[in-house]
Amino acid sequence: MATTTTAPVVTHQDAHQTNTGISNNKLAMWLFLGTECLLFGGLISTYLLYKTRGNGRTLPTEVFDIPFTSVSSFVLLMSSLTMVLSLSALRRGEVERSRAWLLTTAMLGGVFVGGQVYEFTTFIREGVGFTTNPASSAFFTLTGFHGVHVSLGILMLMSLVVASAQGKLKQKNAETVEIIGLYWHFVDIVWIFIFTVIYLIPAE
Amino acid sequence: MAIIEQPLAIETSEAPVAQRPLGSLTRPQGGNGWRDWLSTVDHKRIGIMYGVAAMFFFIVGGFEALLLRTQLAFPEQGFLSAQLYNELYTMHGLTMVFLFVMPLAAAFANYLIPLQIGARDVAFPRLNALSFWVWLSGAVFINSSWLVGGGGPDCGWFCYSPNSGVTFSPTHGVDFYAVGLLIIGAASIVSSLNLIVTVLNMRAPGMSLFRMPVLTWMLLVTQFLLAFALPVIVVALFLLLFDRVFDSQFFDPDAGADPLLWQHLFWIFGHPEVYIIILPSFGIISEIIPTFSRKPIFGYSFMVFSGIAIGFMGWGVWAHHMFVSGIGPISVAAFSLSTMFIAVPTGVKILNWLATMWGGKIRFTTAMLFAVGTVAMFTIGGLSGVTHAIAPADTQQTDTYYIVAHFHYVIFGGGVLGLMGGAYFWWPKAFGYMLNETRGKIHFWLMLIGMNLTFGPMHVLGLQGMSRRIDTYSAGFGFDLWNLVATIGAFTIALAVAFFLYNIFASKRDAKHLPPPGPDPWDARSLEWMVPSPAPVHNFDEIPTVESLDEWWYRKYGYDEDGNVVRIATIEEAAQTGNAEGVHLPSPSFWPLVVAVGLPLIGYGIIFNLWLCLIGGLLTAGGLFAWVLEPVDDPDTGHGHDDHHDDHDGDDEAMVGAVADGEEG
Repeated sequence: MATTTTAPVVTHQDAHQTNTGISNNKLAMWLFLGTECLLFGGLISTYLLYKTRGNGRTLPTEVFDIPFTSVSSFVLLMSSLTMVLSLSALRRGEVERSRAWLLTTAMLGGVFVGGQVYEFTTFIREGVGFTTNPASSAFFTLTGFHGVHVSLGILMLMSLVVASAQGKLKQKNAETVEIIGLYWHFVDIVWIFIFTVIYLIPAE
Repeated sequence: MAIIEQPLAIETSEAPVAQRPLGSLTRPQGGNGWRDWLSTVDHKRIGIMYGVAAMFFFIVGGFEALLLRTQLAFPEQGFLSAQLYNELYTMHGLTMVFLFVMPLAAAFANYLIPLQIGARDVAFPRLNALSFWVWLSGAVFINSSWLVGGGGPDCGWFCYSPNSGVTFSPTHGVDFYAVGLLIIGAASIVSSLNLIVTVLNMRAPGMSLFRMPVLTWMLLVTQFLLAFALPVIVVALFLLLFDRVFDSQFFDPDAGADPLLWQHLFWIFGHPEVYIIILPSFGIISEIIPTFSRKPIFGYSFMVFSGIAIGFMGWGVWAHHMFVSGIGPISVAAFSLSTMFIAVPTGVKILNWLATMWGGKIRFTTAMLFAVGTVAMFTIGGLSGVTHAIAPADTQQTDTYYIVAHFHYVIFGGGVLGLMGGAYFWWPKAFGYMLNETRGKIHFWLMLIGMNLTFGPMHVLGLQGMSRRIDTYSAGFGFDLWNLVATIGAFTIALAVAFFLYNIFASKRDAKHLPPPGPDPWDARSLEWMVPSPAPVHNFDEIPTVESLDEWWYRKYGYDEDGNVVRIATIEEAAQTGNAEGVHLPSPSFWPLVVAVGLPLIGYGIIFNLWLCLIGGLLTAGGLFAWVLEPVDDPDTGHGHDDHHDDHDGDDEAMVGAVADGEEG
C-alpha cells in the first residue's frame, strides 16, 4: 500500500503530511535526479562509443593527468562530507556553523571547477580541443555538462549562504539544505562514475 | 482504513483563514482580464490554455498537411518545391507531435489530475505555469524558423544525421529544431515532475493508488515516460546543436563519427514518445466507455497493470525503427520479439474495453462514439504495427507510405480521436455548457470517414512501393487514384475540424437558452463530477474522503437485497455547491512568464548573436531569483506561519536548481 501511517521524515515542524510521507519538494528533487541519470547516461554512452575515435589526432586519453584529476576528485568528494556536516549543524540549530560548512562546500566545489578549467586549458594547449575529433567532442561535452552542474550547485549553495546570513535559513528550513544536498551528492556520485569510466579504465 | 484518518496536505490549510472569503485573495478569480491569465497558477486555467494553444497548432499542422496533400493529389505537380515540401512535412510532424497531441494531453492532465484525485491544485502551481509558458515559448520559437531561420527544419521529425548536418541542411532550420525541442523538452520535464509528485503526494484521504481512475493512472505512466525519455533526446539535441554551431564532431562520418548514435538516442526517446502520445487517450476512453455503458471498467487492475507494462516495455523496442540500419541479426531478432510482446498488454486493454461494453446499457453519445472509434482505429494501427515487428516484412515497408499509414492510424486514430472524445466528455466540466450532440455526431463521422479516406489508401500506396517524403511521383505507377483519395480524405478531416470549431461557438450561443448542465451531466463515476460545472477555482469545498473506486458513482447508487443497482442520492444531494468559504489558494505570479520569455532569446542568441544569450540569460536567471524571493502566498492574506502552504513551497532554491538544470539538462 502506497499510503502508510508511519510518521513522515520531515525536519521542520510545520510540514504538512503527504501521502508518501516525503515532502513534495524532496520527492520532486529525487525524481529530477532520476531524469538526470538518463541525461548523464546518454552522455557517458556517447563518450564510451567515441573514446577511441581519434580521426588520426590526439585522443583525450593520451593527455590525461591522472594524479591531478585524482586530487580534484578527492576535493569534490570531501565537499559531500562538508555538505552533510552543514545539514547536521542546521538540524541541531547551529546556524553559524551550518553556514560555515555551506561556504566550505561551495569553496571545495569552486576548487574542483577551477581544476577543471585548468585541465581543459592544458588539454587544449596539448592539442585536444572541443573540435579535434569525436572522442574529444564527447569528452568535453560530458565533463563540461558535469562542470555546469557543479557550478549551478555552487550557485545554489551561495544562495543558501546569503539566505543564512540574512537570517532566513533557520533550523526549521533544514529540509531545504537537505534537498540541495541531495543534488550536490548526486553530482558527486556522477563524478565517481565519470572518473572511473573515463579516466581510470584505459582505452584500448 | 487507517489512512483515512491521516490529515492531508491541502486539507489542513483550510481552517485558519475562514474569515477571508476567496474574493479578497489576489488570485485571479472570476476575472478574465489578460493579466489574470498571464499570471495564473490555477491548474484548470493552465489546462485550458494548453488546450487552446494545442488546437491553434492543430490548425497550423493541419494546414501544412493540406499543402502536402495538395501537392500529392496528382502526379508531377509543381505546387510546392522539393525543399519547401521537405520543410513542410518536417514541421507537420513536429507540430502534430510536440505542439498538438502532447500539449492537448497535457491539457487533460493539468485539468483533470487534481480533480480526479481530490486535490485543490498540483504540487507546484508556479512550476505548472512555468511549464506552460516555456512550452509556448518553445512552440513559437520553432515556428519562427519560417520567418527568420531561412525556412523550417528540413530533416524530417527524426532528423537523421548526417542529413541534419550543416552540409546537407545549410539553413538555420535544423538549429531551430534543436533549440526549439530543447525548450519544449525542458517544459515537459518540469511538468512531468510536477504531476508525478501531485499524484503520489496529494491524493484525498482514502484515495489509495488503486482507487485512482484509470485516466489518472495512464497519465501517471505517461509522466514517468516523459521524465525519463526526454533527457535522452535532450542529449541528442545538444550533440546536434554543438555539431552545427560549435563544429564538434559527433555526427560527421568523415571524422569517424557514427551516424547510428543519433538514431539510437532519438529512438530511445522516440519509442516511449509513441506511448506518451497514446496512453492519455487510452485513459480518456477508459473513463468514457464505463460511463456510457453504465458498468464499472472491466478488469480495473488489469487495465492499470497493462498500462504500466506498456510503460516498461516501451523502453525495450526502440530499435524496431532501425531494422534496415544494419544493427545485426541478433539485435533485429531481439527487438522483433520485444515488439511482438508489447502487443500483448495493448491487446489486454482492447479486450477489456470490449468487455466493459458487453452487456452494458450503452448510450452512443458523441464522446462514446469517439471512444469506440478510437478502439477500432487503434486496433487497425496496432495490427499494422505487428506487421512491422516481423523484420523481413519491415525491410520491405520501411520508408514507404505503409509506415505513414500505420502511425497515422495509431496517432490520429488512437490518439486524436480519443482526445476529441475527451473534449466532448469534459467540455461541460471545463466550460459550463454542453457541446451540441447532433453537430458532435456529424463531427465524429466526418472525422472518422476523413481519416480512413486519408490513411487507409496509404497502406496500398506503401505496399505498392511509394516511398514516403518524396515531393512528387510519376504517373503510371498505380499511385494516382489512391493519392487523390487520400487528398480528398485530408480535406474531409479539415472540414471535420472546422465543424468542431463551429460547434464550440454555436453550442455556446445555444447554451443561453438551455438549462445549465449541472455538476454531472453524464451520470459519471469519478470525483471531478462532484463539483459544479465549470469547476470552481478552489475545486472542492471540502476534500472528499474516498471509500472506493468509482467513488462518485457509489455516492449516487447502491445495491438492494437482490443486487440490483438503486439510486441512493440525487446528483444535487451528493454534489458539492461550490462554496469557497475558508479556502486558501496559492497566489498568482508573473515570474514563470518572465523566465519563459528569456529562453527563446537564449536560443536566438546561440544561433545568431551571443549577446542575445546574455539578455535572455539575465531575464531567465533574474526571473528565477525573483521567483524564489517572492512569497508563495500574498502577504495580504494575513495568516500566520503555521498555516503556511509548505506543499506549495516547491519554489525554493532546490527547485530553482531543478528548473535551471531543466534548461540546460
